[in-house]
Amino acid sequence: MAFRPEHELHRRRFGRNLGLGLVLAAFVALVFGLTIVKITNLDHAEGAPPSVTHTTARVTG
Amino acid sequence: MSDLSALDHNREAGFGDYVALLKPRVMSLVVFTAAVGLLVAPVGVHPYVAFTAILFIALGGGASGALNMWYDADIDAVMRRTKSRPVPSGRVAPSEALGLGLALSGISVLMLGLAANWFAAAFLAFTIFFYAVVYTMWLKRSTPQNIVIGGAAGAFPPMIGWAVATGGISVESVLMFLLIFLWTPPHFWALALFMNNDYTAAKVPMLTVTHGRRTTRAHILAYTLILAPFAVGTAFTSIGGPIYLAVSIVLNALFIRGGWKLWRRAESAAEADGYRAEKQVFRFSLLYLFLHFGALLAEAALRPWGLGGW
Repeated sequence: MAFRPEHELHRRRFGRNLGLGLVLAAFVALVFGLTIVKITNLDHAEGAPPSVTHTTARVTG
Repeated sequence: MSDLSALDHNREAGFGDYVALLKPRVMSLVVFTAAVGLLVAPVGVHPYVAFTAILFIALGGGASGALNMWYDADIDAVMRRTKSRPVPSGRVAPSEALGLGLALSGISVLMLGLAANWFAAAFLAFTIFFYAVVYTMWLKRSTPQNIVIGGAAGAFPPMIGWAVATGGISVESVLMFLLIFLWTPPHFWALALFMNNDYTAAKVPMLTVTHGRRTTRAHILAYTLILAPFAVGTAFTSIGGPIYLAVSIVLNALFIRGGWKLWRRAESAAEADGYRAEKQVFRFSLLYLFLHFGALLAEAALRPWGLGGW
């Protein structure tokens, strides 16, 4: 027997599915934010030594 | 009648039931103590990294809660305080609680490792193992010291928070651990004094069941006395200061007085007034922990203005 287009079960589980969907969306946003922060910090960390080296080279040169 | 009639029952789990599996009230304590551990550490952490780290520590705590509810469903079903939990009430299948607990354990440890460092992640993994296996599966059903040793699982979060910032362990983080570790027995035994029937029915060997109430009362007083020097002593470390010292002295004096009162109290008097003093000590113990960690946070918050610390 086929599902009716909108079974009562679908309505009952809507809250559960919506909750899970929001949790997954929040997780994706969280990981995206974490990636941005990590990359930005990495840029800062990697950016520092060359500029220091550059300055040192200029001073000594 | 449809094919889905077999699923048409009113006790189907909602989203809230899966959240309840994670023991949100315990999670709030984990979030608070882990956040304090992280914020009072001498090494600064990017606010977003700190936020995600605390979130995943809390998720790890929730995962161990789900594993506890899966394994303890038989005990929970006979205890009045816990029989309406999602698994014993039949809303969530035990296998679902197990699956959720294992999945969230893996996700929380992995994400904490990626967000912060692998030492903190390994610490979180050990905490989940300690709570789910050492406490829930082993100690809880076998020894009246279950609360004492099992309390370590609840005491690790500030150490994990500290490890997120520093990548290691120090005297300060061990003292924060001891504060919760030594606070747990008097806190739970005060609860057991007025919830004794529950533990007797569930055959959980709580101290009140195996050694009686008189011994339990003596143990509560003993632990408040052992706890005090460690709690007050934290004031003289790098995370302490005069605010914490003042708060800690007052709180420990009151906690010891509560323990003394319970020790001196006859069982007949306790029964007569519906365990009023026991309930008071239990409620005060929650305030005790909250204010100790709150004072540590205040010291750290005031430090940039030259007011916190010594």
